[in-house]
Amino acid sequence: MAALRILYFAWVRERIGLDEQEIAPPAPDVTVAALLDRLAAESAGHAAAFAERGRLRAALDQRFVPLDTPIGEAQELAIFPPVTGG
Amino acid sequence: MTPRLQVRVTTEDFEPAVELSQLEALPGGAVASFTGLVRDDGGLEALHLEQYPGMTQRQLEAVVAQAADRWPLLGITVIHRHGTLPVGARIVFVGTSSSHRVAALESCAFLIDWLKVSAPFWKRAIRADGTGEWVEAHHADDARAAAWRPD
Repeated sequence: MAALRILYFAWVRERIGLDEQEIAPPAPDVTVAALLDRLAAESAGHAAAFAERGRLRAALDQRFVPLDTPIGEAQELAIFPPVTGG
Repeated sequence: MTPRLQVRVTTEDFEPAVELSQLEALPGGAVASFTGLVRDDGGLEALHLEQYPGMTQRQLEAVVAQAADRWPLLGITVIHRHGTLPVGARIVFVGTSSSHRVAALESCAFLIDWLKVSAPFWKRAIRADGTGEWVEAHHADDARAAAWRPD
């Protein structure tokens, strides 16, 4: 099965110290929030980046989703702060 | 007539007069536009705009398609820059052309409100003294975008 590619942006990327990482795909019913719980144990940077869930937004295969969304068959997950373009 | 829809995500500067003249060449009679610049908020040297490549283009195209569905438009141009932009630099351009002034003005306002909350860009302030921080999103921006939802 294809790996899950996880992308980080803005201060999430800076805290973790990674632009992206690949992991073995979780079970389809695992939510984004549950995966963040798991990833938070990987490093102090991950823990710091994921500490304030209210300040995090997610996209699955480049579509915004709430953090309680199951990852399903998605191949790309992005975690970032609320957007500030324009 | 199928409207002329243009979306550009680029590090390059753009010339509003050139973009406006292309919209004016459409047989509409009404052109509205918005140009966003890096604001000098005292001590700011530049903004760095980070984007999510791929998703940015997709999200901007989605917002443009919504505007084209909702108003009778002949053309829409949306340009959003990324990279490091000094104070005074242009960041974003939205231009709309229609036969009706209300459609041109409203769709322009809708587009700028919606791209602000739905296009994956993040701004980092860069100050002359070497400090800087990521610009926080404003709840007021979400409220402005939500206000366009039809009842």
